[in-house]
Amino acid sequence: MATVAADRLFGKSIKRREDPRFITGRGQYVDDLKLLGMTYAAFVRSPHAHARIRKIDISAATRHPGVVAVFTGKDMTGVNSLPCGWDLRKEKKVPGVMQDLAIVPHMPLTSDAARHVGDPVAVVIADSHEAAVDAAEKVQVDWEPLPAVTITDKAAAPGAPKLHDGAPGNVAFKWEIGDRAATDAAFKGAAVTVKKRIVNQRLVANAMEPRACVARYEDATGDLTLWVTSQNPHVHRLLMCAFVLGIPEHKVRVIAPDVGGGFGSKIFLYNEEVVCSWISRRLKRPVRWTASRREAYLTDAHGRDHVTDAEIALTRDGKILGLRVKTTANLGAYLSTFAPAVPTFLYGTLLNGVYAIPAIHCEVTGVFSNTTAVDAYRGAGRPEACYVLERIVEAGARAAGMDVADLRKKNFIPKFSGAFQTQVAVVYDSGDYGAAWDRMLQMLDYRKFRAEQEAARKQGRLLGIGFSAYIEACSIAPSKLVGALGAGAGLYESGKVRVHPTGMVTVFTGSHSHGQGHETTFAQIVADKLGIPIEQVDIVHGDTGSVAFGMGTYGSRSASVGGTAILMSLNKVIEKGKKIAAHLLEASPGDIDFSGGEFRVKGAPGKSVPFGAVSLTAYVPHNYPEGLEPGLEETSFYDPSNFCFPFGAHACVVEVDRDTGNIKILRYLAVDDVGNVINPMIVDGMVHGGIAQGVGQALWEGAVYDGQSGQLVTGSLMDYALPKADMLPMYETDRTVTPTPVNPMGIKGAGETGTIAATPAVVNAVVDALAPLGVDHIEAMPLTAERVWKIIQGAKSAR
Amino acid sequence: MYPAAFEYHAPGSVKEALGLLGKHKDDAKLLAGGHSLIPMMKLRLAQPKHLIDLRKVPGLSGIKQDGNVLSIGAMTTHWQVESSALVKSKLAVMSEVAGLIGDPAVRNRGTVGGSIAHADPAADWPAAMIALGAEMVCEGAKGRRTVKVDDWLKGLMSTAVGEDEILVEIRVPVLPASSGAAYLKFPHPASRFAVVGVAAAVTLDGKGMCAKASVGVTGAGTKAVRAKGVEAGCAGKKLDAAAIEAAASKAAEGVDVQADLQGSVEYKSHLCRVFAKRALTEAVKRAGG
Repeated sequence: MATVAADRLFGKSIKRREDPRFITGRGQYVDDLKLLGMTYAAFVRSPHAHARIRKIDISAATRHPGVVAVFTGKDMTGVNSLPCGWDLRKEKKVPGVMQDLAIVPHMPLTSDAARHVGDPVAVVIADSHEAAVDAAEKVQVDWEPLPAVTITDKAAAPGAPKLHDGAPGNVAFKWEIGDRAATDAAFKGAAVTVKKRIVNQRLVANAMEPRACVARYEDATGDLTLWVTSQNPHVHRLLMCAFVLGIPEHKVRVIAPDVGGGFGSKIFLYNEEVVCSWISRRLKRPVRWTASRREAYLTDAHGRDHVTDAEIALTRDGKILGLRVKTTANLGAYLSTFAPAVPTFLYGTLLNGVYAIPAIHCEVTGVFSNTTAVDAYRGAGRPEACYVLERIVEAGARAAGMDVADLRKKNFIPKFSGAFQTQVAVVYDSGDYGAAWDRMLQMLDYRKFRAEQEAARKQGRLLGIGFSAYIEACSIAPSKLVGALGAGAGLYESGKVRVHPTGMVTVFTGSHSHGQGHETTFAQIVADKLGIPIEQVDIVHGDTGSVAFGMGTYGSRSASVGGTAILMSLNKVIEKGKKIAAHLLEASPGDIDFSGGEFRVKGAPGKSVPFGAVSLTAYVPHNYPEGLEPGLEETSFYDPSNFCFPFGAHACVVEVDRDTGNIKILRYLAVDDVGNVINPMIVDGMVHGGIAQGVGQALWEGAVYDGQSGQLVTGSLMDYALPKADMLPMYETDRTVTPTPVNPMGIKGAGETGTIAATPAVVNAVVDALAPLGVDHIEAMPLTAERVWKIIQGAKSAR
Repeated sequence: MYPAAFEYHAPGSVKEALGLLGKHKDDAKLLAGGHSLIPMMKLRLAQPKHLIDLRKVPGLSGIKQDGNVLSIGAMTTHWQVESSALVKSKLAVMSEVAGLIGDPAVRNRGTVGGSIAHADPAADWPAAMIALGAEMVCEGAKGRRTVKVDDWLKGLMSTAVGEDEILVEIRVPVLPASSGAAYLKFPHPASRFAVVGVAAAVTLDGKGMCAKASVGVTGAGTKAVRAKGVEAGCAGKKLDAAAIEAAASKAAEGVDVQADLQGSVEYKSHLCRVFAKRALTEAVKRAGG
């Protein structure tokens, strides 16, 4: 039965149209692709965290049955370094730069030295995946192991092993934001100051589908097609063509078909897809590579990895006076595509949070280490900022002797719409932070909880509550601004609406769905606007061959930026439709209204023509307005005027097992404000998944490198603990709605709220649970049972 | 990852399987579910040239009562044990142990015999087998022999099964009257293997004193072990909270505790004591104490 848009689909929880193919195993992923003459790539990777390459002997591998070719970095002449797409340099007039970004080479196959475990040094191409993998084991690399450094706050220490000639002391950059003098002054007079070390550990994204690519070069035409697990195929094409391989962009088509999750890790241009593209041109055969889970752990860009010293200054009665933050951000061995942006403009600019803080200063040092490169991971900088702020605010409340909820409320920025200038450059679009907070406290019944906690503590139970009042920056824009901040790309989006003669509609979006549900939400917008059944609408994405251009999907930008671009094209379609309808109805275009799928003459009931008749006329223009072009297809590019800033209030109730240190989450509450919501079910899903990842960071997840060998010791799903359904409670969620004035649909963005908010709420809850033992801070995550148990033992012995 | 190349065999009888084993010796591995061996092969930590799959061998799967003993075929899946009405009525703790292993996919495919023969130091079954006093029946060319659980586990992933033998049956005695048993574990948050797991079986005498306590500890060391100190601490005692606490304090004795990411020696030793206490408390409760 057709889902007719008798009333608005916007705001309705219709089921995801893409799910039947996913849940019945009929999705088409990169690894599903089978091409005639296909070859398979297996990469030879460094087993060492840091080692010089003396010699690579490929002879035995070359002789292995089924092997087509073996290449090392030395074979790839004329191929450039993978580019870094964010340039933090004074000469580029990027604000806040204290020490220029060291733009170090990142060759697709390293030939001088390996700088992290998993660094690719050679590739075997064979007729089967099995032969390639077997032969890769026969490539003999003569390694000269070097001392390695993996630990964030030791990477730039004197005497640390040097990774790059171009980065003395392993410092990648130094950057600051805010007002140092004003902040120093605020601390000087403050009645209460607290300083804490806060560590945000390294995470692995763990998309369900590992990265994969297939490159096919057509010798006859000189066209290269690259199927790749990408969140932004046009960005992949631009970076690969213009910077690395030097091949004409119009001869390359990048297709990101069904993609099974990314969480940021599939934004970036990686070694493997560049190498496979280069080899396909060289061998004139298709080349396929699919990462194993082990390779995913070793080579997908990691997330977070900050060590921060944070200080807060308050008045005696709990008014925040100032915030001082000093962070070391571990970027790994090389600069991933957007690595320098994450701990700077996506981090420092969020430290104002939802509070009226008069003075803020933040200084960040990016460092290189012998670890996998770090880049954007769900939230990207914003979770790190929220974590620092929400932990130090609670520490401040405890030092001031105030209730953590009362102190927050006292410091919220009052309700506003239009603009709030923060102390860290950005201007908030709209906010009513107290409303979300009050709703959360009401759902929680906070005073009742504190009474229950008091009773539980008398029985020796360790019950705690933690909060998080977060702000997020979504749909980062406009392009002119991000360019001034160092971005190598714009941050607009394109949307093309093609109306077919029969009134069916194909939408081409530059956004890319890899789990977000665009085929549903975008179709809801289209069906509403054109007054046609959603079944008449198809959403096409992920193909540079059909989509005009696209910046892709990350940073919760698809609905607000990509959706608005589609809306703009729909408006153009309707405007043109009015001209055609006016001609058919013998009226003036100004007298035509469009609603419910009908073009009507104002004030003349019965004088109307349906959308399908207008679309048919556009393609069969026998009776047609003079001078109007036939066809009904419109393209728009939308570059927003500002970011959007979703916000909300989360709370977590935990009980700590005194004997084991194990933590059980008893309740988790989330009240989010993401502006207007297209599909509440899909947004709920994003909130739920985000909370799971945020809780995962707080309690279980963590990429751990052995300090001596530099090996990633949590390099598999057997060791790296992802949250599972039975480890999480039933969430209690609600929303407040403060539409953004930035875009016409009032949409802010919902993809990352949970990962931003959940982590500090959980850790704050554990600190609160342990408060009767005298614990007032926990430095490191994840809060494994042993870590908590040791804190309990330490607290006991201190008393 | 892809495993290294191997030849696959699916014999139709124990005799045929033994023949293949005798022929290929060290180059062969028995496949009994594959939830440990296959991942190791994919990581190329194990590269057997011949894989002898036992799943088509008749008679190796199923649970039956043989007098006072539950006889469990080596190829019986964890799920078969978990869901068995016979097990639930005669030795419910076995069903509980099975239900704590991995996840449903693992339990549907992994086998009791596979787990016990693989002897992963963090597997759940070995602790339970120790507490319940199980016996392993191995078959070789010369016939069958029975090995007591205390003689079974030799070291890290090493058991008493001969190179030319196949574990075919696990025999678990049903507990006498006035007995209770429990298995409790601290699961690894990623793998769900036991960081520490303790199984306790307690039989009370007519006066409510401990006639027999049998305790197995898994996870902490290189192999599951009998917690002799705990058992001695329980014997003849009225197992109230204080007695259990005192007995459980010996739970890490004799365990070669290994430190890893999930815990230091100190913490894992502590967990041995905590879970011994919890398992004993539950076992005593179930025994009617």
